[in-house]
Amino acid sequence: MLDLAADNLLSPIVLSFVLGLFAALARSDLSVPEAVAKGISLYLLFAIGFKGGAGVAAHGLDPRLAATILAGLVLSFALPFAAFGLLRVLSGMSRIDAAAVAGHYGSISIVTFVAATTLLANAGLTAEGYMVAVAAAMEAPAILSALWLLSRGDGNTKMDSDLWREILLNGSIVLLLGAFVIGMATGQDGLDSIAAFIVSPFQGVLCIFLLDMGLIAGRGLRSAGVLDRGAVAFGLVMPLVGALAGLGAGMLLGLSTGGVMLMMTLSASASYIAVPAAMRVAVPEANPSIYLTLSLAVTFPFNLTLGLPLYLAVARIMTGG
Amino acid sequence: MQTHKAKRVEIIIERVMERRLTEAMTRADVTGWSVLPMLGGSGRSGEWSREGQISRGTGLVQVVCIIRPEKLDPLLDQVFSVVERQIGVVSVCDCEILRAERF
Repeated sequence: MLDLAADNLLSPIVLSFVLGLFAALARSDLSVPEAVAKGISLYLLFAIGFKGGAGVAAHGLDPRLAATILAGLVLSFALPFAAFGLLRVLSGMSRIDAAAVAGHYGSISIVTFVAATTLLANAGLTAEGYMVAVAAAMEAPAILSALWLLSRGDGNTKMDSDLWREILLNGSIVLLLGAFVIGMATGQDGLDSIAAFIVSPFQGVLCIFLLDMGLIAGRGLRSAGVLDRGAVAFGLVMPLVGALAGLGAGMLLGLSTGGVMLMMTLSASASYIAVPAAMRVAVPEANPSIYLTLSLAVTFPFNLTLGLPLYLAVARIMTGG
Repeated sequence: MQTHKAKRVEIIIERVMERRLTEAMTRADVTGWSVLPMLGGSGRSGEWSREGQISRGTGLVQVVCIIRPEKLDPLLDQVFSVVERQIGVVSVCDCEILRAERF
């Protein structure tokens, strides 16, 4: 376990993240141009979606696919309630802010998912290819739970059909699922034909992206004064609660070691792309500094550095893998 | 040269609300506007910068339009329905234009 954590902490992707974090905290002018970061995120989503689809094509459709997606949906709906309860116990946050934060913790961080697949690959493990589809399915349901929590507190929320279209068809989901379908349709031959682009350079490109994420998290940490101690504790405890729920779901479904680890990772991660946009439209009264700082500057670094090796170690012990 | 009186309306609003705002402007029969990116700034919520804005939910844009004076009130009614609860600044100033038939 300690060896795994040390290997992870000294991996190029985590060290790139740490470099970005320190550069931002030291107020260096280092930055990744916006267009480059956007291009890299498109690349990563395409690559991870395509490889997931090719994996499904190689192993055939698994009857557990639908059950696993359903489990992901249930987790995404349910986790905000656990997050909300935990926040109300640990932190003095207002009901509106607590509900908005809770919504983030039922949704997922696709970058954490990508880092987890890289850790699995480095450990010589694979996971069910359809976990990519599970990731996409877990993006949105948590928003409904957060809005329900808000409506119970007489919160004035504003959701319209346009917002639902924006959430369900946001670029990340469309690209991830689209690449997954292309990967599934073209299979191993398709993957072989573009492997030089989406397999070999993947980890190097991920390093640059995580450097940028480190810069963003570091800038977020500079404004961490908006969080009380209870909120910071929540940002570290909630991923473990989510991972435990993901572990239970993965074990019940009989997923592989890699699949269980990815299910834990998805349940442990918090959104910082889809949910913040939805919250700004639906609940503008909630403070974005709180939910973005918690998600980006507390939970994301925790998962990347300590959480992922922990989830992998636990998944290995529980599945005997 | 002959000039004509007009109103210049500038609306700073969260990027995520941009399309809702321009749709409201269309409902007020305003069909010409420009959208400008904002690099950063400071307000009631503190300083912010476009650098490192990973979420579409954060960051601001400025929507600018120049209209005939009689279109101002209907436009402001529509704009207010969008910006009422959001972060944003709406300002109006007088200006002069050369080709009135274009507005």
